[in-house]
Amino acid sequence: MKHDLIILGGGPAGLAAAITAYDAGLRDILIVERDKELGGILNQCIHSGFGLHTFKEELTGPEYAARFIAGVKERKIPYVLNTMALHVSPEKEVTLMNRTDGVQTVKAEAIVLAMGCRERSRGALNIPGYRPAGIYSAGTAQRLVNIEGFMPGREVVILGSGDIGLIMARRMTLEGAKVKVVAELMPYSGGLKRNIVQCLDDFGIPLKLSHTVVDIRGQKRVEGVTIAAVDEHNKPIPGTEEEYDCDTLLLSCGLIPENELSREMGVSINPVTSGPVVNESLETSVPGVFAAGNVLHVHDLVDFVSEEAGAAGRAAAEYVLAGSVDAERNEIPVKFEGGVRYTVPAKIDPKFVKEAITIRFRVGAVMKNRIVSVWMDGEQVSKKRRQIMAPGEMEEVKLTREQFDAHPDLKELLIRVEEV
Amino acid sequence: MVDVVIIGAGVSGCAAARWLSRYRINVLVLDKEEDVCCGTSKANSAIVHAGFDAKNGTLMAELNVRGSEMMEQLSVDLDFAYKRCGSLVLCLDENDRDKLNALYENGVKNGVKDLRIIEREELVGMEPNVSDNAVAALWAPTGAIVCPFGMTLAFAENAAANGVQFRFDTEVKKLERTEKGWKIETNQGTIEAKAVVNAAGVYADLFHNEVCEDKIHITPRRGDYLLLDHTASGFVTHTVFQLPGKFGKGVLVTPTVHDNILAGPTAIDVENREGTNTTAEGLADVMKKAGFSVKNLPTRQTITSFAGLRAHEDGHEFIIRESAEDFFDCAGIESPGLSSAPAIGERVASLMQAKYGWEEKKDFIDKRKGILDPKTLSREEWNKLIEKEPAYGQIICRCESVTEGEILDAIRRPLGAKSLDGVKRRTRAGMGRCQAGFCSPRVMEILSRERKVPLSSITKNGKGSELIVGVAKDVYEEVRHEA
Repeated sequence: MKHDLIILGGGPAGLAAAITAYDAGLRDILIVERDKELGGILNQCIHSGFGLHTFKEELTGPEYAARFIAGVKERKIPYVLNTMALHVSPEKEVTLMNRTDGVQTVKAEAIVLAMGCRERSRGALNIPGYRPAGIYSAGTAQRLVNIEGFMPGREVVILGSGDIGLIMARRMTLEGAKVKVVAELMPYSGGLKRNIVQCLDDFGIPLKLSHTVVDIRGQKRVEGVTIAAVDEHNKPIPGTEEEYDCDTLLLSCGLIPENELSREMGVSINPVTSGPVVNESLETSVPGVFAAGNVLHVHDLVDFVSEEAGAAGRAAAEYVLAGSVDAERNEIPVKFEGGVRYTVPAKIDPKFVKEAITIRFRVGAVMKNRIVSVWMDGEQVSKKRRQIMAPGEMEEVKLTREQFDAHPDLKELLIRVEEV
Repeated sequence: MVDVVIIGAGVSGCAAARWLSRYRINVLVLDKEEDVCCGTSKANSAIVHAGFDAKNGTLMAELNVRGSEMMEQLSVDLDFAYKRCGSLVLCLDENDRDKLNALYENGVKNGVKDLRIIEREELVGMEPNVSDNAVAALWAPTGAIVCPFGMTLAFAENAAANGVQFRFDTEVKKLERTEKGWKIETNQGTIEAKAVVNAAGVYADLFHNEVCEDKIHITPRRGDYLLLDHTASGFVTHTVFQLPGKFGKGVLVTPTVHDNILAGPTAIDVENREGTNTTAEGLADVMKKAGFSVKNLPTRQTITSFAGLRAHEDGHEFIIRESAEDFFDCAGIESPGLSSAPAIGERVASLMQAKYGWEEKKDFIDKRKGILDPKTLSREEWNKLIEKEPAYGQIICRCESVTEGEILDAIRRPLGAKSLDGVKRRTRAGMGRCQAGFCSPRVMEILSRERKVPLSSITKNGKGSELIVGVAKDVYEEVRHEA
């Protein structure tokens, strides 16, 4: 068995990539989804706020997903559900399994990695204490409440101010629970400003920055947690402990791209993002394998996932339609300074840049009154002012074909963040 | 009236049950928890000591060597995960060579086979990540690793297949001597037995002292551990101990039978017999001491930390004897208790048989099949299985690739899983890097469907650990009152 393009994941990234690949002329596409329906995590995100950039309107997660699912169905793009990709070889042989077809290996000309991410667990955070029932990652709680219709707890403490945690603070409150506090290890929130306002401030839920959970009580079910302030090395400060009685601890302490399959097939991973290193075409270190969405780097807004995955789908289609030849490449790294932690893409071959390219990045700390500038061979080609930049908000710069044309034989591309 | 009541369904109690089930008697195992393997047996180093450590001449040494010898064949007969990876005791200081030699001598006396002292060069060839300070090591090729849940379940299921009864959520409150034996009061009623086996782990001294003139004293000794993801697999390939030295007893770094890396334990004496809470100091100590053995342990790959309690008796010796008339102790079973478990079971059974002269069963079942892991099958076999049982084609736990078929088997088999942790210990669903984030709602749903109970009664590990508290749109009374 063989397909031109296999897309691993039927969430927002996979759906968008499938649509653009189809529209670019590919027909032999297969979307592989491990869950029982398309749409991915959007299905449990029943709050609104999705699609402001893409559709200029405010949709819920399922509504946003439905538009892309409709796009896939209109184009009759094949997909399989309840199907797990068990292995992917460096030769792009994908081993799939489900109840009806069993285990089979399918060869792909090109692959788009769109597996999304998982939540950092309590164990990975090394939170000491007992291990009772009542400790959930925010996303698991979201699934229980929004999909299954169950309440995981009544009195809640949340560790981490990632967006899902903030959304769940509001959700649990609306469902009748009492959210006592949100503690955040860092001196800033990991979530979007709008979520802090709409999900915490509007409900009078306190956010304690530079605080963490230092103990979990309760042998069978959570009975309480202890929160303490942390110093500049994120170490708890003795004497600052505060006890909270609660039956539930939700964790929203970061998302980790799920790249186990990528690693298995030999894709190079950026240790900063935990996602693949990609070039301007969102192609990984394995030719013909592309990545987009949260498997590449964790996004704040699904709109940008769709945009990025659209580009990956087009690039994958082009790769196949060009006869899968690995063109000679002349890549330059995207350099950065002034507090930028990473960029996606990490390297660019200017001759493959289409009419424009978006470079996305995050900064490592909250910074005020900054200028973001782009330099090509020492010449500033763009600059914009940012009143506030934060690790929780993804940044981007756009570069046009013209800018690259104006710098033939480009040697250095630099993104600089500096004080005004 | 039963012949034998065993208090405690940990690895010792289940081993005793398994070896007693050879005889034509009625055996009943009681445990206060909802499943087997809920105490010390579930939270330990998961290793099989070769037997060089325990002091020559002690029961610990004898049963350790015997248990280790029995385990490989048992792992085949009873189908549990076991791997003879060998173990190394590092000498981290030239001045400690005497201690290393003494350990070697002790091991030889104990009858441990193939022991050898190796020098740094050979050591580095075996363990490239070993500390720069390691000058030599004691190499014990008979050291091994085992799945402690798998072994305990195997003993229990095999015992059950041979007629042993198990009662869970049954806490023994009082032991009373009668004319014919013992009256055992529990929270679930009174049971009469001719003989009692006390395999109560960290509670064993309480039962012993209740009925015996001489007193014993058990201290729960807590050990904190860190478990690393499969991505750290291969970091070490043998169990790496430290020679007790200036840093104290030291911690070990070992592969597990499921290709994780485990580091620990600490040794902190506590009062609470249920005090399995980790502490920040304990976890930091594990990281620090592991760093004495190996370079750059990838602690960022930690997927969970946990703590277990060893039942440390003051005399630091296994107490396996008839301590009062028809009352058999199986107490003070601390490390190397897991390694010794088969020999402990065998010893308890032979002690009792010698006294009571029970007849052996002719139809004793000496083999047991574990839960089939389809990943061990060929592609053709797996596909045939899926055709017959489509549930084996449905992954439920992504991180550990556990299928619905395995989970159904875990729930449906005798002594089947009743809780999330029960499923986890039997199948590894939820034991991977996302720590059940994705699969727990699905496993809860399967448990609810299979056991025909509402989702609200599904627990993590027994009564009181319910996972959900109600349905959405309920109004929480306290909030209503505030409003």
